[in-house]
Formats: sequence, structure tokens, C-alpha cells
Amino acid sequence: MRERPPVTGARILRITLLLAAICGAVFVVSLCLGPARISVLRGVRDLLFSGEPGLHPSGSPETAILFSIRFPRVLFAGLVGASLSLAGAAFQTLLRNPLADPYILGVSGGSAAGAIIAISLGLAALPFGVPLFAFLGAVLTVTLVFSIGKTDSNVLLLAGVIVNAFFSAVILFFLAMSRSADLHSMTFWLMGDLGLASPREILLVSGTLAAGFVILYFHARALNLLATGEPTALHLGIAVERTKGIVFLAGSLVTAVAVAFSGIIGFVGLIIPHMIRMLFGADHRLLFPASALFGGAYLMAADTVARILLSSTELPVGVVTALCGAPYFIYLLRRKGGF
Amino acid sequence: MLELDRVGFRYREDWVLREIGFSIERGDFIGILGPNGSGKTTLLRLVDGVLSPGEGRVLLHGRDVAGMKRRDIARVMAVVPQDQPLVFSFSVREIVLMGRSPHLGNLAFESARDLEIARTAMEETETASLAERNFNELSGGERQRVLIARALAQEPSLLLLDESTAFLDLRHQVAFMSLLRFLNREKGLTILAVTHDINLAALFCGKILLLKEGRIHALGPPKQVITETSIREVYRVRAAVDGHPGTGAPRVTVMPDMETSVPKQN
Repeated sequence: MRERPPVTGARILRITLLLAAICGAVFVVSLCLGPARISVLRGVRDLLFSGEPGLHPSGSPETAILFSIRFPRVLFAGLVGASLSLAGAAFQTLLRNPLADPYILGVSGGSAAGAIIAISLGLAALPFGVPLFAFLGAVLTVTLVFSIGKTDSNVLLLAGVIVNAFFSAVILFFLAMSRSADLHSMTFWLMGDLGLASPREILLVSGTLAAGFVILYFHARALNLLATGEPTALHLGIAVERTKGIVFLAGSLVTAVAVAFSGIIGFVGLIIPHMIRMLFGADHRLLFPASALFGGAYLMAADTVARILLSSTELPVGVVTALCGAPYFIYLLRRKGGF
Repeated sequence: MLELDRVGFRYREDWVLREIGFSIERGDFIGILGPNGSGKTTLLRLVDGVLSPGEGRVLLHGRDVAGMKRRDIARVMAVVPQDQPLVFSFSVREIVLMGRSPHLGNLAFESARDLEIARTAMEETETASLAERNFNELSGGERQRVLIARALAQEPSLLLLDESTAFLDLRHQVAFMSLLRFLNREKGLTILAVTHDINLAALFCGKILLLKEGRIHALGPPKQVITETSIREVYRVRAAVDGHPGTGAPRVTVMPDMETSVPKQN
């Protein structure tokens, strides 16, 4: 057994800074990669010296591509990856099941169904109409899956699969019903697409992510105790039911808002927290920030691969995460011992 | 310090416990004995507040446990659960440090003092050398000692144990009970322990609480409670009770009915 130093503020800061640096590097590289060639050096220079790093095209076509297309897209990929990983880490602890993740549990599907129903009913015009319905869909799904599965992980996973199939049908039904221009394409809802977010949506996702992170981090030590079992957490002074409720709502909210504007992107929330646990241990005070940063970097990279892998067309990012994630899931499923 | 006032508990219609009234004084070491289904574990769950009594009250330092914050309970009372493997990997040190939780604010990190308290708890339970090991990789006996260390790190005045010796071998059972006696006598820790082992309880506990069908059959020093009559009445087993050769504590030897318990040889 390799020694692992205890979690201290200094260690969290060190690892967080390291991962933030990796995240930043992936961000810059992702900005520079794409069908239109913009050199890394040129990209960095443009980013630093072209004045306003806003969303306005300024000057050359290359900087226009950089700032009005790639910058929001890469940023959004990072935010969605961080959201899904953070929510995955929270759900895994809540259900004491390392195979839980917003996609597997059907939470992403529920959010997407909620969002598509809201759009079909013309509620997109309301402020927060779409994210609210996505959130309701997420909460409904977690409640449903959890009440079917209870503590048995196999039943839980099966319930997630069934609920996912059901919501896929709901999504396809509403897509078939509607000819509305509001609706994103089928691939958006079933495989995810990070290229369609507006600045307002990016802002909403980042705000929700920040709020969710603060709420979850506030309960990080309580979640360490919950991870060892509910009676133990109770014996160690945790108000278990209240903590579970808060974490459950925060995880659902973060997932729902990300899914409402990015579609369903699977397996990110499964792989990332698991890798972070293997690297740095199960303490949530480190697990949460590390998962969010690493998850952000992962999805930025995955989306970049999706953009450049085929020269003829762009892949949905969900294809890339599923191609990497599904085999990893099977590996986890077959593996014995602690996580 | 702890008082049960005519406590009863039922699952749906069936009363599991009835009319349980006794008090625990500072420095007591009480063993709860009784056959399967007599309500031992339910009694422990009522004391630690995981279950709420259907009637009566559980008072901790005069306050009703049902109305207390979990954090306030956890500062006074620690529970050593039955051993179960964990889903996620935590090191022994991380597990023991969790005992400091009721004394820490939500965002606070463990201070040097908390680390020191955890270290002392690990030394007392002889688990200090395991500090960096993964909890799930330990043996059953080691895990039980780590769980005690976590309970000690809580700095409780009352310690509850739920059949902690059930899966330990003989040497670890004795070591475990000796540790409890040390903590009880030298540290003034009050202990309430559910156990199946009558002889170990008789040897180490100051008082025995004997449960029968959800009611207190007897409560008192081992010599008064553990008799041939009470064993027959509660366990419905014929037994001889004599004195332990070293300490004189009551020692139970079952006397099986020879005709039914020896298989016939054809």
C-alpha cells in the first residue's frame, strides 16, 4: 500500500493548483485545434494581445474563429465537464455506489426530457423555464430510480437503464411531434453537442456550477462520513437526512442545467471521480475540486477530439465520451475490492 | 448519565421492547445479554437515537435524546458498529480522524490537536502502525480496533458496542475485552456493550443486563444475574454455573440433553 498523506488545506491547494494548470493548458491547446488551422503560438498571442477577450470577432478571420466560435465552445465544454464530474462524485457517495453517474442513473435523460418538454410547450420564453423543467426531470428521475433500487446496486443500475430507455423514447416522441425551430437536433439530445450554447446559457451553467460547488463543498466532511455508511454518519453527529436532501438537490441542479444546454453526455461523471479517488483518495474536500477541474479538462479534450477526428464532419462529443467511458465502466463492474 | 424511562419499541403491531427502565451511572461497564430476538440490538439503537422509542423516553444527562442535535449526542456518545467493509477506500488514519467530526465546524480542517488525539487513540488501541493502511485491507480484529480508535477520538463519556467480539478469534476477543476494561477503569469511560458471549461478559463487565422477550429479566452484578435458573429461564438451556478458577466470576457450562444432542450411531 502506497502511502497517502492526510488531507490538509495545503495539500488541497497544491493539487488544485496543479489541476487548474492542466485545465488551463488543455483550454489553450483546445482553442488552437480545429478544422481551421490556428497555431498554438498564434492562439496564445491572440488570446493575450488581441485586446478584448470577449465574443466579438475582431480583425482577422482566425481571431474571429477563435473568439466567437472556439472560445465559448471550449469554455462551455469545461463547464459542462466540471458539472457532470462534480455531480457524479456527489451521487456516487450519496448512493454509496461507485458506478453511479448522472448518465447511468438516468438523471441526464430525465433532465433532457424535462428540457425538451419545456421547449415543446413553448416555455423556453419564460425566464429559467428550460432549466427549471430540466431540474424537475432530474429530481423526478433520481427519486424514481432510487426508490426502485434502494440499496441494491444491481437493481439501481438496472433501474437507471430502464429509466434511460423510457426517457429516450419521451425525447424522440417530442422530437417527432415537433417541427419547431426551437428544437435542437436528435444528436444534441441523445449524444450531446457543445457548440450551440449562447453566452447567456454559458453564464447560467457557470453560475449553477459555482453555487453547486459551494453547497457541496460545505458538506464535504459530512459526505466523508456518509461514504462510510449512514448509521456511522449519524453516530458521528451528521444530520443524515438533511445532508442527503441538500446534496441530492445540489447534484440534480448542477446536472440538470448542464444537460439542458449541452444535451446528454455520458460517462464523464463516472470516470473522473473514480480516477481522482484512485490518485488522491476518497476525501471529498479534495475529491470535489479535483473532480471538477479534471472533468473540465477531460471534456474540453474530448470535445476537441470530436471536432478534429474526422476531417469531413464533426462528431457529437457524447460519442467520444461513450467510446472511452463504456469500456471503463465494464472494467469497474468486473473489478473486485475497494474503490 | 443515561436513563431509560419505561421505554418501549414496536415494529408495526409487535412490541419488540417493553417497559425498559434502568439507568447507567458514570463508570459503569454493562453487558447486555439475551437470546436472539430478545431486543438487544434494538435497545442499543434506542439508546443511540437511530430508532425513536414508541413509548417512554431515553435521557442523556437529563435531556431527551429524541430532541437533541446529532452533533451534541456525538460529543457525548460514541458507537462501535458491527464490522462492515466500506465501499470507498479510506486509510486507517482518515477513519480515525472522522471521530473528530462532532468537534469540528463544517469547513474546518483537523488541527494539530485533533491529529494528536487521533494518534493517542490509535496508540491505545495498538493501531498506530496501521495508520497508512487501507481500512478495507485489514483483518476483522484490526478493523474492530480501528473502529474503537475512531470512537475514542470522539472523546465520548459513553461508549456503545454492538457485538464487537462476534467474529474475533479467542486471543482477539480477550485483547478486545481487556482494552475495554482498561478504558473503563483507567479512563473512566462508561460502556454499554451488546454481546453474545456470556462467559466473556461475566468476566469483564461490572453489570449484566439480561433481556428476555423484550423485557428486562435481570440487571445486576454478574454473580447475581448469571445463574443456572436464569440461563434456563431465558435461554431455555440446561446449564451448570460455577466459578471461574482465576477470578470467581460465574462460568456457564451448557449441559446438553444427552439423548437428543448426540447423533445416533448405527
